[in-house]
Amino acid sequence: MREITYKEALKEALREELKRDERVFLMGEDIADPFGGAYKVTLGLSPEFGTERVIQTPISELGTVGACIGAALTGMRPVFDMMYIDFVGMAMDQILNQAAKIRYMSGGQAQVPMVLRTQGGMGRSSAAHHAQSLEAFFLHIPGWLVAMPSTPYDAKGLLKTAIRLNDPVAFIEHKLLYNNKGPVPEEEYTIPFGVADVKREGDACTVVAISKTVEFALKAADTLAQEGIHIEVVDPRTLFPLDMETIIQSVKKTGKLLVAHEAVERGGFGAELVARVASEAFGYVDAPIQRLCAPNTPPPFARQMEDFEIVNDVKIADRVRKLVRGEL
Amino acid sequence: MSKKSQSSAPKDLTREQLIAMFRRMLLIRGFEARAKQYFEAREIAGFLHLSVGQEAVSVGACSALRKDDYITSTHRGHGDVIAKGCEPKFAFAELFGRTTGYCKGKGGSMHIADFSQGIIGATGIVSGALPTAPGIGLSIKMRKTDQVAVCFFGDGATAEGGFHEAMNLASLWQIPLIFVCANNLYGLTQPWEKTAYQCELPRRAATYNMASACVDGMDVVAVNQAVRDAVARARKGGGPTFIEAKTYRYWGHYVGDPGTYMPEEEQKEWRARDAIDSISRRLQEWGYTTPEEDQHIRADVDAELDAGIEFAKQSPLAEPESALTDVYSEFDVWGNPL
Repeated sequence: MREITYKEALKEALREELKRDERVFLMGEDIADPFGGAYKVTLGLSPEFGTERVIQTPISELGTVGACIGAALTGMRPVFDMMYIDFVGMAMDQILNQAAKIRYMSGGQAQVPMVLRTQGGMGRSSAAHHAQSLEAFFLHIPGWLVAMPSTPYDAKGLLKTAIRLNDPVAFIEHKLLYNNKGPVPEEEYTIPFGVADVKREGDACTVVAISKTVEFALKAADTLAQEGIHIEVVDPRTLFPLDMETIIQSVKKTGKLLVAHEAVERGGFGAELVARVASEAFGYVDAPIQRLCAPNTPPPFARQMEDFEIVNDVKIADRVRKLVRGEL
Repeated sequence: MSKKSQSSAPKDLTREQLIAMFRRMLLIRGFEARAKQYFEAREIAGFLHLSVGQEAVSVGACSALRKDDYITSTHRGHGDVIAKGCEPKFAFAELFGRTTGYCKGKGGSMHIADFSQGIIGATGIVSGALPTAPGIGLSIKMRKTDQVAVCFFGDGATAEGGFHEAMNLASLWQIPLIFVCANNLYGLTQPWEKTAYQCELPRRAATYNMASACVDGMDVVAVNQAVRDAVARARKGGGPTFIEAKTYRYWGHYVGDPGTYMPEEEQKEWRARDAIDSISRRLQEWGYTTPEEDQHIRADVDAELDAGIEFAKQSPLAEPESALTDVYSEFDVWGNPL
């Protein structure tokens, strides 16, 4: 199978959906050519589809996220490009009180088929206003769906599904994944929301990881395999809907669970997952459930401090070793 | 400002249109009077923000719209949604938490919506609909229809960032959107003139190169005229308009607010210029209604509203478990595909 980057996979999804459905349009700051978006995902799309469908906006997140909601409520299917997830605060009322609630408050009359594409994560010394992982924000607001693709294949298939769904989707990419290459079929495909992907099979321990942390988990799996420890890496791909069945099945097999993500530990996705495993599969776990997340600080600037915070393969492997040896 | 016994009948509005406006205004006032009564009797829960006094703004504006045009409204939205076409009985049912309510009991007073006639909904957040509204205008432009949208809000919303972002985007995109600011002089308890250093609102529109007007919000004909001009311009691709309608909120911020911060003399002055009294009197001056017809219209409205209350009270209460539906279109609350 051909290999393309995460960035190219996303662009293909956008291009295919723009071609397929004339109601789909893109909106965001600096997304048109020649800049083509901060991470170049939309580069080339404005010449192809015109600036009426690849709408470059002023720096006005509250107004433009609101505009996507208004357009979605009246028959369009906007894909908003929020350059950094850290900027969601600027648009929070529209995200929290409008997009998430109009369908419910109207008794099901309305639909908000919009995608909020954004990216987060540390690793580029971007500091605290450009490196957060805020998926838990969206996860905590009933009304939003949350997708966090870790590979080019998942990125394309999930984005195409997100655009076709009739509910608002927070589609959260990672700034260090854009140039990762991976197999993506030439022919069209979509990936349903709520279906986890077991990215590595194993029996020693279940590692649930999301986004960029999946890559680290797989690297840790390689290291550990050489030591005879075979971990199972489960990537939920969407945090809501969440495929608990696959996760619990894995936990039943391994008896151990480690949840790894880049967001801060307190109130994160890991907390939710651990609570659910504890209540739904308590009898199958034979060691303390582990969370491996960033400490509860804003993302630091200096590289050495950032490295200190990021959950990487070394930290995952280390924690798994202790877990399987019964040291925790 | 309306001048007693001096106006002649507006040439571009028919008798039927003017009587329909009068009737709608009565419907709104009667709706809110009854809502207040049942709220005070604790048969209606939650909050109730009444727009009594402001009927001419809602009705003047919505009478310039077609059924397929859009409106967004505010926490004080009963008047706007009824003016656009909401039927009182389904709106009452919503306030009573019944299955027959516009939102099946999930919205209540602050969130009445009827998408089938372009009522995108009221919002409980001051300025909440302002950023959304330019998207409606943009969608109209992209779908190449000749619809328009009206975004209602109050003076309080003009200090919010969303107001400025919406004005800028509407102007930048030249979309068919009409901003109608019902300036009722108070944001909760704060007098409007103490919340801004620049209180001439049309001058704010001017900074966005947007057409604007300031009208007497107690005169339904004047409001209608201004909005019709804006609608005509918008339908032809002439872009957005900002309209300030100066009006007054008779009954305080919410039911239970004694409104002691509103000077008595000021209240008297505004009530003396009451919009419903004014159109009622003028209809008779213009020879469009007799006193008997006037009374007949009022009795007819009362009957509709009383029947609406009856309908609401007879309707089944929404099941507690129905709270679990309508969060998503495609999934249940546990994330299972529907």
